[in-house]
Amino acid sequence: MIVSLRAVSRVYPARAGQPEVHALGPIDLELAQGEFFAVVGPSGCGKSTLLDVMAGLASPSCGEVHFEGKQVKGVVPPGIGVVFQEDASFPWLTVHDNIAFGLRQTGAAEGEVAAQVAYAVEFMGLKDFARAYPAQLSGGMRQRVCIARTLVLKPRLILLDEPFGALDQQTRLLMGDELLRLWRETGATILLITHALDEATMLADRVGVMSARPGRFLDIIPTGWPRERDSTIVASESFGRLTGRIWTLLRGESIRALGRA
Amino acid sequence: MRWRDPLLLVVLIFLVWEVLYLLVGDVALRSPAATAKNLGALLGDERFMPHVGETALAFAQGFAIALVVGLLIGVPLGAARFAGEVAEPILVALYSIPKVTLYPVILLVFGIGMPAKVAFGAIHGIVPIAMFAMNAVRNVNPTHVRTARALRLSPWAFSTKILFPAALPEIVTGIRVGFSLALIGTLLGEMFGSQRGLGHLLMQAMSLHNIERILALTLLLVAFAAGVNALLLALDRHLHRGLP
Amino acid sequence: MNASVARIVLVVGAVAALELLCRTGVIPNFTMIPPSAMAQSLWKILASGKFTPDIVTTLTNVGIAIAAAMIVGVAIGTLLQSSPTTRRVLDPLFATYYAVPMYAFYPLLIVIFGLGDLPQVAIGFLLAVMAVILNTLNGLDRVPPVLLKAARVHRLGPLKTALQVRLPCAAPYVFTGFKLAVAYSFIGVIGAEFITSSRGIGYEISFAYNNFDNGVMYAMILFILLLVITVNMSLHAWEKRLLARRRRI
Repeated sequence: MIVSLRAVSRVYPARAGQPEVHALGPIDLELAQGEFFAVVGPSGCGKSTLLDVMAGLASPSCGEVHFEGKQVKGVVPPGIGVVFQEDASFPWLTVHDNIAFGLRQTGAAEGEVAAQVAYAVEFMGLKDFARAYPAQLSGGMRQRVCIARTLVLKPRLILLDEPFGALDQQTRLLMGDELLRLWRETGATILLITHALDEATMLADRVGVMSARPGRFLDIIPTGWPRERDSTIVASESFGRLTGRIWTLLRGESIRALGRA
Repeated sequence: MRWRDPLLLVVLIFLVWEVLYLLVGDVALRSPAATAKNLGALLGDERFMPHVGETALAFAQGFAIALVVGLLIGVPLGAARFAGEVAEPILVALYSIPKVTLYPVILLVFGIGMPAKVAFGAIHGIVPIAMFAMNAVRNVNPTHVRTARALRLSPWAFSTKILFPAALPEIVTGIRVGFSLALIGTLLGEMFGSQRGLGHLLMQAMSLHNIERILALTLLLVAFAAGVNALLLALDRHLHRGLP
Repeated sequence: MNASVARIVLVVGAVAALELLCRTGVIPNFTMIPPSAMAQSLWKILASGKFTPDIVTTLTNVGIAIAAAMIVGVAIGTLLQSSPTTRRVLDPLFATYYAVPMYAFYPLLIVIFGLGDLPQVAIGFLLAVMAVILNTLNGLDRVPPVLLKAARVHRLGPLKTALQVRLPCAAPYVFTGFKLAVAYSFIGVIGAEFITSSRGIGYEISFAYNNFDNGVMYAMILFILLLVITVNMSLHAWEKRLLARRRRI
């Protein structure tokens, strides 16, 4: 078990004119080493908050988060990588320098950095664009830069917050394949937040279905897929059943979330 | 409480001044309290007011000219797209040259005295007013212009009912900037080549090493400039409220 | 006809008109000499090296003012951005700063620092530093929060975050501050030299004026105009190249 959350919740205290907001929880979750876990839920249920708390970007109001046995509190522990929903590539650096950014922080030798970056660039299909600036790339490619930047540091836990949200469906499916390839090659544990049910079902070993705000896990559904999988499983019968099961759980929550919004 | 913060700031500034005075001493500074007293004495001195009048008169005329000429230049440039495009870098270049270097030219043209001071104040104020007016007119919502044409408004009606109200906030910003710069320009002119006025008094006090007077005059000038700017800024913000 | 061509025609036309008016005597020589004579005089002066020490003095002082304004301005801007309360209190100062006649402080500075170069550098610095602070603040305000989160994921402390993420992200705005710092430093230093000084370009112009030496005076005025315009245009071109990297295609 690599990550555990026990009775974690996050409450934003009342402020001038604003009532107290119970954004998340209570959440109990344990991620097994090397598993691929997806989180789906209606908008505003606190999925991003869950990720922030797990990574150490936000502190839980109650409960505890543990990563590799040590408590996570206020600081992001080493070994965790995050890919955000918005484009986090650094516009003033080339693709190469973006990817090298984290590595250079560790003080690695320039030769070693170049080798690792070259591998990541190749792996993410960015070879022709290593000297380009993010502004010259499409949204999907910029996300690939961010993923490469995370990858190159060999994190043991990778958190992704709707990384393919801005992309079209076909690109998403292909990026899903890439994510699976990445997962198998690195052996990392992955937590993916997505609002696309089919994406969650296709990619994950287990899918956590969250309720409307304050988000709690309604159910955690194992998919039973083999490790060697790709986007073609969308054709299988179990895929339809699993997605249907998730939507049954989610439909009511989504209606409730909309009514509140 | 919107007045609390600026008040706090003013108090802070006076505190810093007092601390500096305690550190540096009478050789180079006077305390805020002593300066206020000196200023009071100056304002009561009958030989002082003519100088204030001289500066005020020069500034008023310079600002008026800057206002009229600036608008006369800026508004047409804003309306005529191509002319505006050609003129804009020129205006920007004029804005950034040290206009002080043109002062001898002005003195040669106008001779020493009031006309030169007025001219100097004017040239400092013209460029920002022109630039802001140009932008104000240029940025009038094209939909409003088309509506006016569809309604077949006369040029006068268009100007008074649509152009002027739409462009006013930005023009007022330009006027505010032009006001401050025209004041600076007038003062600068008096510091360099004049026998009367507050700027001249300032330079005279410097050559006589009259620290009390230097500080009293500086305080007066800074307080006046800051005070009027604050009022104009309130007007500016009021006009801009609700605008993107 | 495109705008740049029209502009060049306009400027050349204006200079030519001036030349004509001066040569025909409509503008008398004791008021203004023809632009061609100004250029000739300037050439002679530069070749003779007579005013080179003044030019060096002025440029050095301007350079010091710019450097000081950038270092202090960026530092203060960065520190202020992390303290919204201080910023709110100082806001009226920011709004009123450029309305205040900075030159009014010049006599005070001379009294405090004496008659050397320091008062002029100080005026240039005082005029320039606020522009740097304001633009640095503006740029730092616009750093997307996701980049700050990314910095935390990379476990960067506050200093490294500022130097490696926030300031590089804000660089286009800091550059705007830099352009203004350059313009204001020239205005401040040369203006101050003009009012009271014993050396520098501003001083030489003032001296030539007092000695009815239009040849030298106009040559030096021309020199400053050409220098400032060239510097500003170069900065503008440099800025466009830097920004091209960030422009979405």
